[in-house]
Amino acid sequence: MMRTLCAAAFAFVVAGYVGFAQVNNEVPEGVELSGNWVSRNNTEFNTNLHRAYDFLGMPLNDAAKAWALSHSEEQASEPERQCAFYTSTYFPFGFAPLPMWKETELRTGSTVAWVVGGWLDVVPMVIWMDGRPHPSAYAPHSASGFTTGVWENDVLTTYTTHMIANLLHRRGPHSDLATMTLRFSRHADILSLTGRIDDPVYLSEPLYVSREWQFSSVPVNRSAVPCTVAYEGVREGTVPHYLPGQNPFVEETTKLWGIPLEAVQGGAETIYPEYRKKLRDKYVRPEKCVANASELAAGGCGGPGRVAPVIN
Amino acid sequence: MKLLTSIVGLAAIALTLQQPASAQGGRGAAPAVFPTGKPGAPFDPTGYWVSLITNNWRFRMVPPAKGDYAGIPISMAGKKAADAWDPTQDEATGNQCKHYGAASIMYQPTRLHITWQDDTTLRVDTDAGTQTRLFQFGKPAATPGKRTWQGNSVAIWEARRANNQEKSARSLKVTTTSMLAGYLRKNGVPYGDSAVLTEYYDLFQERDGTTMMFVTAVVQDPVYLEQRYIVISHFRKEPDGSKWDPTPCSARW
Repeated sequence: MMRTLCAAAFAFVVAGYVGFAQVNNEVPEGVELSGNWVSRNNTEFNTNLHRAYDFLGMPLNDAAKAWALSHSEEQASEPERQCAFYTSTYFPFGFAPLPMWKETELRTGSTVAWVVGGWLDVVPMVIWMDGRPHPSAYAPHSASGFTTGVWENDVLTTYTTHMIANLLHRRGPHSDLATMTLRFSRHADILSLTGRIDDPVYLSEPLYVSREWQFSSVPVNRSAVPCTVAYEGVREGTVPHYLPGQNPFVEETTKLWGIPLEAVQGGAETIYPEYRKKLRDKYVRPEKCVANASELAAGGCGGPGRVAPVIN
Repeated sequence: MKLLTSIVGLAAIALTLQQPASAQGGRGAAPAVFPTGKPGAPFDPTGYWVSLITNNWRFRMVPPAKGDYAGIPISMAGKKAADAWDPTQDEATGNQCKHYGAASIMYQPTRLHITWQDDTTLRVDTDAGTQTRLFQFGKPAATPGKRTWQGNSVAIWEARRANNQEKSARSLKVTTTSMLAGYLRKNGVPYGDSAVLTEYYDLFQERDGTTMMFVTAVVQDPVYLEQRYIVISHFRKEPDGSKWDPTPCSARW
């Protein structure tokens, strides 16, 4: 009888501590990230997105610069790649909205995971909050990768590994060894999303990226149409690319804005204030704002009414 | 029996531990008075910091072309003012620092030197334009006075969630008014003297030991902006001031 009682009491104590550990995963009361977050587009609006060769502010190493010279955007039209989706590194660049919600354990209400919903060409990102470890380095990789999160003084900090090799900011490369740290920091109706991307293959130092978001009570259009493959001008089995010296877009940004090619190519040196001294005698400020056809279609040089308001 | 008593006691302790912290405090507990200024600092913002220009590079590292407003929710009045931008005129009237005011200085390629001037004043020096900002803690809302490039900044340590008494969960919020009219962008995109700047400073420790500071800046201007203009600056802490390089304001570069 005594032995049974002792065993029951011991099990109760253990269960108590396990329960206590689970409580630690709960969202701090009051910090709510659930809902629809809309990109403000005050950063990088109509910039790198619309030129095929623009790596301004990216600490690319020599391998990445060589990759960039050979890369053709038409690869996205390959039948094999049309539905490949961007990796989770796409989120902090602000191209897609952030619909966020949490998955909870039904009995205790503790948060098992936060989810950043997918978009037209982006896979959802699941942020595991239950303390599970990252898989082995040899585990399969995916577009979304594997992400864990912790609350760091009321800021949701996430860490992503196991992403497949893909594009960085739609232009540059990242390898399957790339990792990403994101911080979701809410200030009233504003969400500051800052990211750090490390890549031992293509970046010579971490790339910091941030975007500003605003809460919207109107559900975002996630354009969740199933991806279907169609002919977009590239035949199956071919890989569009440029041979050395044949990339026709290399000079475009320099011609448009007078920024020297060495800066357009990116590199760690170009992100520091002292780099301006090297630019001073090489930069030629255009007399007026100019834009290529793609930029013009998206609003050109901006102006009144060009930045869409967030509807609430 | 003694063993049984001990085990039951342990179980009671375990049950107590399962209670959420809020329940332990009980309803009606007096809210803690949170210290302000230097004594209340949840993190140490002092030291030398360098900006990392990894976004909006073409607007920040070089002066963009006249008429380039991309990304700024500029109003018609703002466009009219920007289209009239004349750096020669700014130089002639001693207004070379119009792009170095509070609403744009933190977004520039610059280094910061942050120090406590006293227990209630956080001082931020920039080497770009050689500017000084003073963040005043514990002061009432700014009263109209002489306008300056850096304006009047009131600072608080703000919790992200209501009633949170945790010191570490606070960020630095700075509200700046009484600024002289200036430029959001070197090419004359304006903000007016009625603009209000709200900034949130967050510090983080990276896995590799790097300390980063992110500054979310929100500019409200009823005249020159159609809606709020929000940008985020990245700063990395430096070991010392060996790269500190003060430069004067420039209307052209």
